[in-house]
Amino acid sequence: MSAVAVASTSSEKDRASDVVLRVRDLRKLYGGEAVVDGFSFTIQRGECYALLGPNGAGKTTTLRCCLGLTDPDGGEVELLGQPVPQRAREARIRVGVVPQLDNLDPDFSVTENLVVYGRYFGLADAIIRERIPGLLEFASLGHKKDAWIGELSGGMKRRLTLARSLVNDPDLIFMDEPTTGLDPQARHLIWERLKQLLARGKTILLTTHFMDEAERLAHRLAVIDHGAKIAEGVPRELIRSHIEAHVVEVYGDGATEWAHGFSRAQVSRLEVSGETAFCYAADPAPILRDLEARPHLRYLHRPANLEDLFLKLTGREMRDEA
Amino acid sequence: MSSMQETPVRTTVATHGDAEGAARRDVLFAMPRPSRRFVPVWRRNYLVWRKYLFERVLSNIIEPLITLVAFGYGLGSLLPEVGGATYLQFLASGSICMSVMYSAKFESLWGAYSRMDTQKTWAAIMNTPSSIDDIVLGEVAWAGSKALVTGLAMLLVIWGLGVARSPLALLALPVLFLAALTFSAMALIVNSLARGYDTLSNYFVVVVTPMVFLSGVFFPLDQLTPWLRMVAQWLPLAAMVDLVRPLILGHTPQHLLRDLALLLAYGVGCYYVALIFTRKRLLK
Repeated sequence: MSAVAVASTSSEKDRASDVVLRVRDLRKLYGGEAVVDGFSFTIQRGECYALLGPNGAGKTTTLRCCLGLTDPDGGEVELLGQPVPQRAREARIRVGVVPQLDNLDPDFSVTENLVVYGRYFGLADAIIRERIPGLLEFASLGHKKDAWIGELSGGMKRRLTLARSLVNDPDLIFMDEPTTGLDPQARHLIWERLKQLLARGKTILLTTHFMDEAERLAHRLAVIDHGAKIAEGVPRELIRSHIEAHVVEVYGDGATEWAHGFSRAQVSRLEVSGETAFCYAADPAPILRDLEARPHLRYLHRPANLEDLFLKLTGREMRDEA
Repeated sequence: MSSMQETPVRTTVATHGDAEGAARRDVLFAMPRPSRRFVPVWRRNYLVWRKYLFERVLSNIIEPLITLVAFGYGLGSLLPEVGGATYLQFLASGSICMSVMYSAKFESLWGAYSRMDTQKTWAAIMNTPSSIDDIVLGEVAWAGSKALVTGLAMLLVIWGLGVARSPLALLALPVLFLAALTFSAMALIVNSLARGYDTLSNYFVVVVTPMVFLSGVFFPLDQLTPWLRMVAQWLPLAAMVDLVRPLILGHTPQHLLRDLALLLAYGVGCYYVALIFTRKRLLK
């Protein structure tokens, strides 16, 4: 690296190393309390990086710091080679944002929403109009181009918000819980579109608390809680390194007592949540054999997933809405 | 489950409190840094306005007509001359100021509050290269423009009815625009502090309406008791009326520079204060 590091400015260095976003030791206090507490991460070009955390973990605050919408109390943010918040405005020219809650303009039609939003980036109307057919096609909204926002379903609004975030042809797209509140069909359509964006070479920073979303889309992810990173890596590898390969979820009367009867060698980790016993094991055969003799216990045998990792790291207690 | 707790304990950093406060003060009180990007904010509001163009222009003309016919002709026929003019002329030249002010205030109270709070339009704009400084300037400029159209419509009514037909009245237009910008900036302070639409109504009842009665719109200021006259001297609407009335009736304003300076000072001061409180509200 040092042999080829002839670039002098940080933005040139970033182009060489393809770092799109660099966050170092970010801190943000509210009323003396740390909401983001020494968080660092780096996103490479073309990558989908997910921030995973319970409500109130500091995900949205982190995004706001990265966009320069709030000033951190410590640490550094470099977005597309620009220091943030000092040059956040310049950086945002090449960034798209899909906010947590739709804030489409209800006074305008689908097309007008795209035109008006493009103008905020200083784009000429002719350029925006040229891009609109492609954006509408991407959002599967070609047939709704003159519809009012009030006529759109939740899924359509989300897709339009996604299309709107692309009006400036951004390098990096921030997505704050892009599928919250959508039905399964609408979620799958959004996921499919995000994959298309990645295939086109876009970079995505995603926050979510849907584990399947992170597992499907993210190349790498960070689990954050109380504003700090508690794990980071490739989803499959993280699961492998933290969680036993097999999970048997057992429900029914006496499931808990039954589960406690196993030895540590058979069930390496046991978690009880309500009336469900989660048995984590490297080899599930002894548990499954025993369950066959107990028809009153229902069970589900599955491979360990991101949710298991998440719950192990952040605990099963309910979190207040932040 | 407690054995599973690997999460770090939430830390409270009392010693950083002062640094936190100082850094935040720097951001909030920074000098305004608006850019050309206020133009798309203005254009957004203009596009919405254009959709309802017919209704807007119609109400802009009908409302002053009603005021002038009801009060001017009705009440005016009972009254002697006021300050060297008929009461109709006196009222027409005062109520144009009132209408322009209302137009700017409404746009920067209910309109801006909807865009900021209800629709989250400002939040959407802040994700683009446009900043809060651009948004606030765009809103002020837009409210000023909209109110200017109101003023122009009223001037046409005044001319059309033959109430006053001095060419000097054209010079009232820039004054109306400046005053509208000022009233918009004042309203945006209230907007930035509002907890809901009720705050806006309360401001109207407690501040705006009394100001109308203390500013010489309906009757001359020398009818007021001395201490109220003292207060009235410093009201922006009174300065506006003091400038616009003579221009419409074909005279040179007596306190031209003082009145202009007062409006300008209110405008610039309120714009800066509105910006500080809007930043405080939105840059959390």
